Amino acid sequence: MNPDWINGLVGGALIGAAAALLLLANGRIAGISGILGGLLEPSPRDVWVERALFVLGLAAAPLVYMTLFGPKSIEIARDPALLAAGGLLVGFGSRLGSGCTSGHGVCGAARLSARSIAALCTFMTTAVITVWLVRHF
Amino acid sequence: MRKLVSFLSGLIFGLGLMISDMVNPARVLAFLDLAAIPAGAWDPTLIFVMGGAMIVSAAAWAVAARRREAALGGPIPAPRQGIDWRLLTGSAIFGVGWGLVGICPGPAIVGMAVGGAPSLLFVAAMIAGMIVYRLFDAALARRAAA
Repeated sequence: MNPDWINGLVGGALIGAAAALLLLANGRIAGISGILGGLLEPSPRDVWVERALFVLGLAAAPLVYMTLFGPKSIEIARDPALLAAGGLLVGFGSRLGSGCTSGHGVCGAARLSARSIAALCTFMTTAVITVWLVRHF
Repeated sequence: MRKLVSFLSGLIFGLGLMISDMVNPARVLAFLDLAAIPAGAWDPTLIFVMGGAMIVSAAAWAVAARRREAALGGPIPAPRQGIDWRLLTGSAIFGVGWGLVGICPGPAIVGMAVGGAPSLLFVAAMIAGMIVYRLFDAALARRAAA
């Protein structure tokens, strides 16, 4: 098993490569909340299909990973109320704010967009405060 | 071809989230828990993931800056301007949700195959939140038009 930071760097580079591919080939931003949210809105058929295929690729990734590297498990909250509240806030907030960790972080901040840097600083701050309140009070 | 690129980009993105373990909410929460730094229990992995992703992404933007069009057609998207209440309020709300469970939209989709029922519930709620946003946005537009 590689040290965590090497896996992080390699995985991160792959995420960046995926964003680079989508940008340079298709002229699209790899922002997951925008792509997913776009599926819920009226759009030209071709655009909708491209978005759906991106989401399908994301959903299929664990199957490819586990075929190559073996089983993987994650540690996730069990409380349904907490999961529902978190999901609602993530969905609503990322759409109102026009992006999440991928669109504003990986894509926008990397092009030094002032909007994306402001968004990144804002959600990092509220996320850190939330974890602090939940874990230490 | 554009469709194949879309699928491959999603697949590579998802593999990156699996390999880096960012699909694992416990890992993300361990990064966001800055209060764990003094005890030595803080997990900095997310910084390496973000760093690795942003270096490659910044290189792509440098290439894109010298092109007018994407390889398979369509313009290179221009950056949007203006920091407004929507950007800041939305990002603040998103951050609270992210901090509550440790899942943002990419890992939510990737996590469906490995996280069982809790992952599916989170994704359902996230999509519901996006639908609520559409209704909210439409209500704001109606009020502005009235």
